[in-house]
Amino acid sequence: MASNEEILAGLAEIVNEETGLAPEAVELDKSFTEDLDIDSISMMTIVVNAEEKFGVRIPDEEVKNLKTVGDAVSFIANAQA
Amino acid sequence: MARKVVITGLGATTPIGGDVPTMWKNALKGVSGAHTLEDDWVAKYELPVHFAARASTPATEVLSRVEAKRMDPSTQFAVVASREAWADAGITDIDHDRLAVAFATGIGGVWTLLDAWDTLREKGPRRVLPMTVPMLMPNGPAAAVSLDLGARAGAHTPVSACASGTEAVHMGLDLIRSGKADVVVCGGAEAAIHPMPIAAFASMQALSRRNDDPEHASRPYDRDRDGFVMGEGAGALVLEAEEHALARGARIYAELAGTSVTADAYHITAPDPEGLGATRALKAAMFDGRIQAEDVVHVNAHATSTPVGDKPEYTALKAALGSHVDNVAVSATKSQMGHLLGASGAVEAVLTVMAVYDRKAPVTINLENQDPEIPLDVVTSERALPGGSIVALSNSFGFGGHNAVIAVRSV
Repeated sequence: MASNEEILAGLAEIVNEETGLAPEAVELDKSFTEDLDIDSISMMTIVVNAEEKFGVRIPDEEVKNLKTVGDAVSFIANAQA
Repeated sequence: MARKVVITGLGATTPIGGDVPTMWKNALKGVSGAHTLEDDWVAKYELPVHFAARASTPATEVLSRVEAKRMDPSTQFAVVASREAWADAGITDIDHDRLAVAFATGIGGVWTLLDAWDTLREKGPRRVLPMTVPMLMPNGPAAAVSLDLGARAGAHTPVSACASGTEAVHMGLDLIRSGKADVVVCGGAEAAIHPMPIAAFASMQALSRRNDDPEHASRPYDRDRDGFVMGEGAGALVLEAEEHALARGARIYAELAGTSVTADAYHITAPDPEGLGATRALKAAMFDGRIQAEDVVHVNAHATSTPVGDKPEYTALKAALGSHVDNVAVSATKSQMGHLLGASGAVEAVLTVMAVYDRKAPVTINLENQDPEIPLDVVTSERALPGGSIVALSNSFGFGGHNAVIAVRSV
Protein backbone atom coordinates (compact mmCIF):
# COMPACT_ATOMS: atom_id res chain seq x y z
CA MET A 1 0.00 0.00 0.00
CA ALA A 2 1.44 3.31 -1.06
CA SER A 3 0.41 6.70 0.31
CA ASN A 4 -0.99 9.33 -2.05
CA GLU A 5 2.35 11.15 -1.86
CA GLU A 6 4.19 8.00 -2.85
CA ILE A 7 1.78 7.36 -5.72
CA LEU A 8 2.24 10.94 -6.96
CA ALA A 9 6.02 10.62 -6.78
CA GLY A 10 5.92 7.27 -8.61
CA LEU A 11 3.60 8.65 -11.27
CA ALA A 12 5.84 11.70 -11.75
CA GLU A 13 8.77 9.38 -12.31
CA ILE A 14 6.84 7.43 -14.97
CA VAL A 15 5.73 10.65 -16.71
CA ASN A 16 9.31 11.94 -16.66
CA GLU A 17 10.59 8.69 -18.17
CA GLU A 18 8.02 8.84 -20.99
CA THR A 19 7.94 12.56 -21.79
CA GLY A 20 11.02 14.14 -20.23
CA LEU A 21 8.84 16.51 -18.15
CA ALA A 22 10.40 17.49 -14.83
CA PRO A 23 8.86 15.36 -12.02
CA GLU A 24 7.96 18.51 -10.05
CA ALA A 25 5.76 19.65 -12.96
CA VAL A 26 3.53 16.64 -12.37
CA GLU A 27 1.11 18.10 -9.80
CA LEU A 28 -2.29 16.87 -8.64
CA ASP A 29 -4.35 19.58 -10.37
CA LYS A 30 -2.55 19.28 -13.73
CA SER A 31 -4.46 17.91 -16.72
CA PHE A 32 -2.56 15.25 -18.64
CA THR A 33 -3.63 16.61 -22.03
CA GLU A 34 -4.15 20.36 -21.44
CA ASP A 35 -1.30 21.12 -19.03
CA LEU A 36 1.24 18.35 -19.58
CA ASP A 37 0.65 17.99 -23.36
CA ILE A 38 0.60 14.19 -23.15
CA ASP A 39 -0.85 12.48 -26.24
CA SER A 40 -3.02 9.36 -26.14
CA ILE A 41 -0.19 6.99 -27.02
CA SER A 42 2.02 8.35 -24.24
CA MET A 43 -0.95 8.20 -21.88
CA MET A 44 -1.43 4.49 -22.59
CA THR A 45 2.28 3.88 -22.00
CA ILE A 46 2.05 5.74 -18.69
CA VAL A 47 -1.03 3.72 -17.70
CA VAL A 48 0.64 0.38 -18.44
CA ASN A 49 3.78 1.39 -16.56
CA ALA A 50 1.67 2.57 -13.61
CA GLU A 51 -0.17 -0.76 -13.55
CA GLU A 52 3.15 -2.59 -13.25
CA LYS A 53 4.61 -0.20 -10.68
CA PHE A 54 1.58 -0.12 -8.37
CA GLY A 55 0.25 -3.64 -8.99
CA VAL A 56 -3.19 -2.45 -10.09
CA ARG A 57 -5.35 -2.82 -13.18
CA ILE A 58 -6.58 0.34 -14.93
CA PRO A 59 -9.26 -0.72 -17.45
CA ASP A 60 -9.08 0.96 -20.88
CA GLU A 61 -12.57 2.46 -20.45
CA GLU A 62 -11.39 4.07 -17.20
CA VAL A 63 -8.43 5.86 -18.80
CA LYS A 64 -10.58 8.60 -20.39
CA ASN A 65 -11.85 9.52 -16.90
CA LEU A 66 -8.33 10.14 -15.63
CA LYS A 67 -8.21 13.79 -16.72
CA THR A 68 -5.86 15.10 -14.06
CA VAL A 69 -2.88 13.69 -12.22
CA GLY A 70 -5.09 13.78 -9.09
CA ASP A 71 -7.69 11.56 -10.82
CA ALA A 72 -4.99 8.99 -11.53
CA VAL A 73 -3.60 9.13 -7.98
CA SER A 74 -7.10 8.61 -6.50
CA PHE A 75 -7.87 5.75 -8.88
CA ILE A 76 -4.63 3.96 -8.06
CA ALA A 77 -5.09 4.51 -4.30
CA ASN A 78 -8.65 3.08 -4.44
CA ALA A 79 -7.57 0.18 -6.59
CA GLN A 80 -4.87 -0.70 -4.09
CA ALA A 81 -7.26 -0.47 -1.11
CA MET B 1 14.66 19.55 -70.98
CA ALA B 2 14.44 17.82 -67.59
CA ARG B 3 15.02 19.89 -64.48
CA LYS B 4 18.62 19.65 -63.34
CA VAL B 5 19.00 18.29 -59.81
CA VAL B 6 21.93 19.08 -57.54
CA ILE B 7 23.13 17.83 -54.17
CA THR B 8 23.47 20.51 -51.50
CA GLY B 9 23.51 18.66 -48.18
CA LEU B 10 25.08 15.45 -46.84
CA GLY B 11 24.65 13.48 -43.62
CA ALA B 12 25.78 10.09 -42.34
CA THR B 13 26.15 7.99 -39.25
CA THR B 14 28.18 4.84 -39.89
CA PRO B 15 30.60 2.32 -38.38
CA ILE B 16 33.52 4.52 -39.47
CA GLY B 17 32.19 7.89 -38.38
CA GLY B 18 29.15 9.46 -36.76
CA ASP B 19 29.11 12.37 -39.23
CA VAL B 20 30.23 13.03 -42.81
CA PRO B 21 33.58 14.76 -42.04
CA THR B 22 34.68 11.89 -39.74
CA MET B 23 33.44 9.19 -42.13
CA TRP B 24 35.14 10.82 -45.12
CA LYS B 25 38.47 11.25 -43.30
CA ASN B 26 38.40 7.57 -42.32
CA ALA B 27 37.21 6.42 -45.75
CA LEU B 28 40.28 8.02 -47.34
CA LYS B 29 42.58 6.56 -44.71
CA GLY B 30 41.14 3.04 -44.70
CA VAL B 31 39.91 1.81 -41.34
CA SER B 32 37.74 -1.10 -40.24
CA GLY B 33 34.49 -0.58 -38.35
CA ALA B 34 34.05 -4.32 -37.67
CA HIS B 35 34.56 -5.63 -34.16
CA THR B 36 33.69 -8.58 -31.96
CA LEU B 37 30.20 -8.24 -30.47
CA GLU B 38 30.22 -8.14 -26.68
CA ASP B 39 26.48 -8.85 -26.33
CA ASP B 40 25.45 -11.81 -24.17
CA TRP B 41 23.06 -12.99 -26.92
CA VAL B 42 25.95 -14.05 -29.14
CA ALA B 43 26.82 -16.92 -26.77
CA LYS B 44 23.25 -17.43 -25.55
CA TYR B 45 22.00 -18.32 -29.04
CA GLU B 46 25.32 -19.87 -30.11
CA LEU B 47 25.43 -17.60 -33.16
CA PRO B 48 27.87 -18.77 -35.81
CA VAL B 49 28.99 -15.16 -36.40
CA HIS B 50 30.46 -13.20 -33.47
CA PHE B 51 31.12 -9.79 -34.99
CA ALA B 52 29.56 -6.89 -36.85
CA ALA B 53 30.19 -3.22 -37.69
CA ARG B 54 28.26 -1.11 -35.22
CA ALA B 55 27.65 2.61 -35.71
CA SER B 56 30.68 4.37 -34.21
CA THR B 57 28.45 6.93 -32.44
CA PRO B 58 25.31 5.43 -30.88
CA ALA B 59 22.23 7.42 -31.94
CA THR B 60 21.18 7.58 -28.28
CA GLU B 61 24.23 9.80 -27.65
CA VAL B 62 22.97 12.32 -30.21
CA LEU B 63 19.20 12.29 -29.64
CA SER B 64 17.46 13.15 -26.38
CA ARG B 65 16.31 10.23 -24.23
CA VAL B 66 12.64 10.97 -24.84
CA GLU B 67 13.12 11.32 -28.61
CA ALA B 68 15.05 8.07 -28.82
CA LYS B 69 12.49 6.17 -26.74
CA ARG B 70 9.78 6.70 -29.34
CA MET B 71 11.91 5.60 -32.30
CA ASP B 72 13.18 2.24 -33.47
CA PRO B 73 17.01 2.30 -33.77
CA SER B 74 16.67 2.44 -37.58
CA THR B 75 14.58 5.62 -37.30
CA GLN B 76 17.03 7.07 -34.79
CA PHE B 77 19.84 6.70 -37.37
CA ALA B 78 17.62 8.23 -40.08
CA VAL B 79 16.89 11.30 -37.97
CA VAL B 80 20.54 11.77 -36.98
CA ALA B 81 21.75 11.61 -40.60
CA SER B 82 18.95 13.73 -42.05
CA ARG B 83 19.45 16.48 -39.45
CA GLU B 84 23.11 16.65 -40.40
CA ALA B 85 22.26 16.79 -44.11
CA TRP B 86 19.60 19.45 -43.54
CA ALA B 87 21.91 21.63 -41.46
CA ASP B 88 24.66 21.13 -44.05
CA ALA B 89 22.37 22.36 -46.85
CA GLY B 90 21.68 25.51 -44.87
CA ILE B 91 18.13 26.00 -46.18
CA THR B 92 16.49 28.66 -44.05
CA ASP B 93 13.52 29.58 -46.20
CA ILE B 94 11.49 26.76 -47.71
CA ASP B 95 7.96 26.15 -48.92
CA HIS B 96 7.27 23.03 -46.86
CA ASP B 97 4.59 21.92 -49.33
CA ARG B 98 7.42 21.56 -51.89
CA LEU B 99 9.73 19.56 -49.58
CA ALA B 100 9.54 15.74 -49.85
CA VAL B 101 11.22 12.79 -48.15
CA ALA B 102 12.32 9.50 -49.74
CA PHE B 103 13.87 7.46 -46.96
CA ALA B 104 14.50 3.77 -47.37
CA THR B 105 15.13 0.79 -45.18
CA GLY B 106 15.78 -2.82 -46.04
CA ILE B 107 14.12 -4.45 -43.05
CA GLY B 108 12.43 -1.77 -40.95
CA GLY B 109 11.95 -1.84 -37.19
CA VAL B 110 13.21 -5.34 -36.52
CA TRP B 111 14.33 -4.56 -32.94
CA THR B 112 10.91 -3.14 -32.07
CA LEU B 113 9.05 -6.03 -33.70
CA LEU B 114 11.03 -8.73 -31.95
CA ASP B 115 11.16 -6.94 -28.58
CA ALA B 116 7.37 -6.64 -28.70
CA TRP B 117 7.06 -10.35 -29.52
CA ASP B 118 9.27 -11.18 -26.51
CA THR B 119 7.14 -8.90 -24.32
CA LEU B 120 3.93 -10.50 -25.54
CA ARG B 121 5.19 -13.99 -24.77
CA GLU B 122 6.75 -13.12 -21.41
CA LYS B 123 4.32 -10.52 -20.01
CA GLY B 124 1.15 -10.67 -22.09
CA PRO B 125 -0.61 -8.29 -24.51
CA ARG B 126 -1.19 -5.50 -21.97
CA ARG B 127 2.56 -4.86 -21.76
CA VAL B 128 3.05 -4.50 -25.53
CA LEU B 129 3.81 -0.78 -25.85
CA PRO B 130 1.31 1.46 -27.69
CA MET B 131 4.16 2.92 -29.76
CA THR B 132 5.01 -0.53 -31.17
CA VAL B 133 3.25 -0.13 -34.54
CA PRO B 134 4.62 3.31 -35.49
CA MET B 135 8.07 2.15 -34.37
CA LEU B 136 8.18 -1.10 -36.33
CA MET B 137 6.59 0.07 -39.61
CA PRO B 138 9.12 0.28 -42.46
CA ASN B 139 7.98 3.82 -43.31
CA GLY B 140 8.95 4.84 -39.75
CA PRO B 141 12.26 6.48 -40.81
CA ALA B 142 10.61 8.42 -43.68
CA ALA B 143 7.74 9.49 -41.46
CA ALA B 144 10.03 10.63 -38.65
CA VAL B 145 12.21 12.66 -41.04
CA SER B 146 9.12 14.24 -42.60
CA LEU B 147 7.79 15.14 -39.16
CA ASP B 148 11.16 16.46 -38.02
CA LEU B 149 11.70 18.74 -41.05
CA GLY B 150 8.08 19.57 -41.81
CA ALA B 151 8.24 17.93 -45.24
CA ARG B 152 4.73 17.88 -46.65
CA ALA B 153 5.20 16.97 -50.32
CA GLY B 154 5.06 13.25 -49.49
CA ALA B 155 7.17 10.88 -47.38
CA HIS B 156 8.13 7.79 -49.36
CA THR B 157 9.81 4.50 -48.47
CA PRO B 158 11.33 2.51 -51.32
CA VAL B 159 12.05 -1.03 -50.11
CA SER B 160 14.28 -3.19 -52.30
CA ALA B 161 16.56 -4.98 -49.82
CA CYS B 162 20.17 -3.85 -50.22
CA ALA B 163 19.29 -1.60 -53.19
CA SER B 164 16.82 0.44 -51.09
CA GLY B 165 19.11 3.37 -50.24
CA THR B 166 20.10 3.89 -53.87
CA GLU B 167 16.49 3.52 -54.98
CA ALA B 168 15.57 6.32 -52.56
CA VAL B 169 18.04 8.64 -54.31
CA HIS B 170 16.54 7.56 -57.65
CA MET B 171 13.08 8.39 -56.34
CA GLY B 172 14.29 11.76 -55.07
CA LEU B 173 15.52 12.67 -58.54
CA ASP B 174 12.16 11.66 -60.04
CA LEU B 175 10.20 13.72 -57.49
CA ILE B 176 12.09 16.87 -58.45
CA ARG B 177 12.21 16.24 -62.20
CA SER B 178 8.49 15.53 -62.32
CA GLY B 179 7.77 18.76 -60.49
CA LYS B 180 6.27 17.14 -57.39
CA ALA B 181 8.89 18.74 -55.13
CA ASP B 182 11.70 21.30 -55.26
CA VAL B 183 13.76 19.81 -52.45
CA VAL B 184 13.97 16.16 -51.32
CA VAL B 185 15.70 14.70 -48.29
CA CYS B 186 16.56 11.17 -49.37
CA GLY B 187 18.52 8.36 -47.81
CA GLY B 188 18.40 5.02 -46.10
CA ALA B 189 18.67 3.64 -42.58
CA GLU B 190 19.21 0.21 -41.09
CA ALA B 191 19.63 -1.20 -37.59
CA ALA B 192 19.54 -4.97 -37.88
CA ILE B 193 22.47 -6.10 -35.72
CA HIS B 194 20.10 -8.33 -33.78
CA PRO B 195 20.53 -12.08 -33.19
CA MET B 196 17.65 -13.07 -35.49
CA PRO B 197 18.83 -11.34 -38.70
CA ILE B 198 22.39 -12.48 -37.94
CA ALA B 199 21.15 -16.07 -37.61
CA ALA B 200 19.07 -15.73 -40.79
CA PHE B 201 21.83 -14.22 -42.95
CA ALA B 202 24.29 -16.78 -41.53
CA SER B 203 21.86 -19.57 -42.33
CA MET B 204 21.90 -18.60 -46.01
CA GLN B 205 25.73 -18.58 -45.88
CA ALA B 206 25.89 -14.86 -46.68
CA LEU B 207 28.01 -13.76 -43.70
CA SER B 208 31.75 -13.98 -43.19
CA ARG B 209 32.72 -16.36 -40.37
CA ARG B 210 36.15 -14.89 -39.76
CA ASN B 211 35.36 -14.70 -36.05
CA ASP B 212 39.00 -14.57 -34.94
CA ASP B 213 39.77 -11.54 -37.14
CA PRO B 214 36.72 -9.27 -37.64
CA GLU B 215 38.72 -6.28 -38.93
CA HIS B 216 39.89 -8.36 -41.92
CA ALA B 217 36.59 -10.19 -42.56
CA SER B 218 35.10 -7.81 -45.15
CA ARG B 219 37.38 -8.23 -48.15
CA PRO B 220 35.62 -7.50 -51.46
CA TYR B 221 37.46 -8.78 -54.54
CA ASP B 222 39.93 -10.73 -52.42
CA ARG B 223 40.46 -14.38 -53.35
CA ASP B 224 39.70 -15.42 -49.75
CA ARG B 225 36.45 -13.47 -49.26
CA ASP B 226 33.86 -15.56 -47.44
CA GLY B 227 30.79 -13.33 -46.99
CA PHE B 228 29.68 -9.88 -45.91
CA VAL B 229 29.84 -8.22 -42.50
CA MET B 230 26.66 -6.77 -40.98
CA GLY B 231 26.77 -3.00 -40.57
CA GLU B 232 24.30 -0.38 -39.38
CA GLY B 233 23.66 3.34 -39.68
CA ALA B 234 22.19 5.81 -42.14
CA GLY B 235 23.06 8.15 -44.97
CA ALA B 236 21.10 11.20 -46.12
CA LEU B 237 21.32 13.65 -49.01
CA VAL B 238 19.52 16.90 -49.72
CA LEU B 239 18.58 17.02 -53.41
CA GLU B 240 17.49 20.32 -54.83
CA ALA B 241 16.24 21.64 -58.16
CA GLU B 242 19.20 23.54 -59.57
CA GLU B 243 17.27 26.79 -59.95
CA HIS B 244 16.16 26.54 -56.31
CA ALA B 245 19.75 26.06 -55.14
CA LEU B 246 21.11 28.86 -57.34
CA ALA B 247 18.41 31.28 -56.19
CA ARG B 248 19.55 30.95 -52.60
CA GLY B 249 23.26 30.91 -53.43
CA ALA B 250 23.73 27.40 -52.06
CA ARG B 251 26.99 25.49 -51.92
CA ILE B 252 26.54 22.77 -54.58
CA TYR B 253 28.49 19.53 -54.08
CA ALA B 254 27.64 17.93 -57.42
CA GLU B 255 24.90 17.22 -59.90
CA LEU B 256 22.79 14.09 -59.58
CA ALA B 257 23.00 13.51 -63.31
CA GLY B 258 21.15 10.24 -63.80
CA THR B 259 19.70 7.25 -62.01
CA SER B 260 18.01 3.98 -62.86
CA VAL B 261 16.39 0.92 -61.37
CA THR B 262 15.99 -2.47 -63.04
CA ALA B 263 15.01 -5.98 -61.96
CA ASP B 264 16.77 -9.24 -62.87
CA ALA B 265 13.69 -11.49 -62.89
CA TYR B 266 16.22 -14.29 -62.60
CA HIS B 267 16.35 -15.65 -59.01
CA ILE B 268 15.10 -14.48 -55.63
CA THR B 269 18.58 -14.16 -54.10
CA ALA B 270 21.27 -15.21 -56.58
CA PRO B 271 22.59 -12.47 -58.88
CA ASP B 272 22.26 -13.12 -62.59
CA PRO B 273 25.72 -14.65 -63.33
CA GLU B 274 25.97 -12.61 -66.52
CA GLY B 275 24.99 -9.43 -64.67
CA LEU B 276 22.40 -8.56 -67.32
CA GLY B 277 20.07 -6.66 -64.98
CA ALA B 278 22.99 -4.73 -63.51
CA THR B 279 24.28 -3.94 -67.00
CA ARG B 280 20.91 -2.57 -68.03
CA ALA B 281 20.79 -0.47 -64.87
CA LEU B 282 24.26 0.97 -65.53
CA LYS B 283 23.47 1.75 -69.17
CA ALA B 284 20.12 3.28 -68.26
CA ALA B 285 21.62 5.54 -65.58
CA MET B 286 24.31 6.68 -68.03
CA PHE B 287 21.72 7.30 -70.74
CA ASP B 288 19.57 9.20 -68.25
CA GLY B 289 22.50 11.46 -67.39
CA ARG B 290 23.77 11.79 -71.01
CA ILE B 291 27.02 10.17 -69.90
CA GLN B 292 29.63 8.52 -72.15
CA ALA B 293 31.77 5.68 -70.77
CA GLU B 294 34.86 7.93 -71.06
CA ASP B 295 33.30 10.47 -68.67
CA VAL B 296 33.30 7.94 -65.81
CA VAL B 297 36.38 8.10 -63.57
CA HIS B 298 35.21 6.38 -60.39
CA VAL B 299 32.77 3.68 -59.26
CA ASN B 300 31.63 3.04 -55.72
CA ALA B 301 30.89 -0.65 -56.20
CA HIS B 302 28.25 -2.70 -54.45
CA ALA B 303 30.98 -5.30 -53.72
CA THR B 304 29.76 -6.93 -50.51
CA SER B 305 32.58 -9.51 -50.19
CA THR B 306 30.47 -12.58 -50.91
CA PRO B 307 32.04 -15.27 -53.10
CA VAL B 308 29.17 -15.19 -55.63
CA GLY B 309 28.23 -11.49 -55.63
CA ASP B 310 31.40 -9.61 -56.53
CA LYS B 311 32.10 -11.07 -59.96
CA PRO B 312 28.80 -10.37 -61.81
CA GLU B 313 29.23 -6.68 -60.95
CA TYR B 314 32.57 -6.71 -62.75
CA THR B 315 30.91 -8.39 -65.73
CA ALA B 316 28.23 -5.68 -65.74
CA LEU B 317 30.75 -2.82 -65.43
CA LYS B 318 32.72 -4.26 -68.33
CA ALA B 319 29.58 -4.58 -70.44
CA ALA B 320 28.47 -1.02 -69.68
CA LEU B 321 31.85 0.75 -69.87
CA GLY B 322 33.64 -1.42 -72.44
CA SER B 323 37.43 -1.25 -72.44
CA HIS B 324 37.21 2.02 -70.47
CA VAL B 325 36.50 -0.10 -67.39
CA ASP B 326 40.29 -0.51 -67.01
CA ASN B 327 40.66 3.27 -66.50
CA VAL B 328 38.09 3.56 -63.73
CA ALA B 329 39.10 3.81 -60.05
CA VAL B 330 36.86 1.35 -58.19
CA SER B 331 36.25 1.59 -54.44
CA ALA B 332 34.60 -1.12 -52.34
CA THR B 333 33.82 0.81 -49.17
CA LYS B 334 31.97 -2.10 -47.55
CA SER B 335 35.49 -3.38 -46.83
CA GLN B 336 35.64 -0.65 -44.17
CA MET B 337 32.13 -0.34 -42.79
CA GLY B 338 30.51 -3.66 -43.62
CA HIS B 339 27.17 -3.92 -45.34
CA LEU B 340 24.56 -1.45 -44.13
CA LEU B 341 21.83 -3.28 -46.09
CA GLY B 342 19.05 -0.77 -46.90
CA ALA B 343 21.28 2.10 -45.76
CA SER B 344 24.31 1.05 -47.79
CA GLY B 345 23.28 2.74 -51.04
CA ALA B 346 22.57 6.02 -49.26
CA VAL B 347 25.89 6.05 -47.41
CA GLU B 348 27.71 5.10 -50.62
CA ALA B 349 25.88 7.89 -52.44
CA VAL B 350 27.28 10.31 -49.85
CA LEU B 351 30.77 8.84 -50.38
CA THR B 352 30.38 9.11 -54.17
CA VAL B 353 29.34 12.76 -53.94
CA MET B 354 32.30 13.45 -51.64
CA ALA B 355 34.63 11.67 -54.09
CA VAL B 356 33.48 13.93 -56.95
CA TYR B 357 33.51 17.07 -54.80
CA ASP B 358 36.86 16.40 -53.11
CA ARG B 359 38.31 14.65 -56.20
CA LYS B 360 39.56 11.71 -54.17
CA ALA B 361 38.53 8.05 -54.24
CA PRO B 362 38.06 6.25 -50.91
CA VAL B 363 40.06 3.21 -49.98
CA THR B 364 39.34 -0.52 -50.25
CA ILE B 365 40.96 -2.37 -47.35
CA ASN B 366 41.82 -6.06 -46.91
CA LEU B 367 42.63 -6.66 -50.58
CA GLU B 368 45.63 -8.99 -50.24
CA ASN B 369 45.23 -11.34 -53.21
CA GLN B 370 42.93 -9.87 -55.82
CA ASP B 371 40.62 -12.42 -57.43
CA PRO B 372 42.14 -12.90 -60.93
CA GLU B 373 38.62 -13.15 -62.35
CA ILE B 374 37.92 -9.56 -61.24
CA PRO B 375 40.73 -7.51 -62.79
CA LEU B 376 39.35 -4.09 -61.77
CA ASP B 377 41.57 -1.15 -60.85
CA VAL B 378 40.73 -1.27 -57.14
CA VAL B 379 41.71 1.75 -55.05
CA THR B 380 43.73 0.52 -52.06
CA SER B 381 45.32 3.79 -50.98
CA GLU B 382 44.01 7.35 -51.23
CA ARG B 383 43.89 8.35 -54.87
CA ALA B 384 43.29 11.69 -56.56
CA LEU B 385 40.63 11.85 -59.26
CA PRO B 386 41.24 13.96 -62.40
CA GLY B 387 40.24 17.61 -62.86
CA GLY B 388 37.70 18.81 -65.41
CA SER B 389 34.19 17.46 -65.72
CA ILE B 390 34.03 14.02 -64.11
CA VAL B 391 31.35 11.42 -63.39
CA ALA B 392 31.20 8.76 -60.67
CA LEU B 393 28.75 5.88 -60.44
CA SER B 394 27.42 4.03 -57.41
CA ASN B 395 25.81 0.61 -57.72
CA SER B 396 23.52 -1.26 -55.35
CA PHE B 397 21.93 -4.67 -55.77
CA GLY B 398 19.38 -6.33 -53.53
CA PHE B 399 17.84 -9.72 -52.86
CA GLY B 400 14.85 -9.96 -55.14
CA GLY B 401 16.96 -9.08 -58.18
CA HIS B 402 16.87 -5.30 -57.61
CA ASN B 403 19.53 -3.21 -59.35
CA ALA B 404 19.91 0.52 -58.73
CA VAL B 405 22.55 2.89 -60.08
CA ILE B 406 23.17 6.60 -59.60
CA ALA B 407 25.50 8.84 -61.60
CA VAL B 408 27.05 11.93 -59.99
CA ARG B 409 28.68 14.66 -62.11
CA SER B 410 31.05 17.39 -60.94
CA VAL B 411 29.84 21.00 -61.21
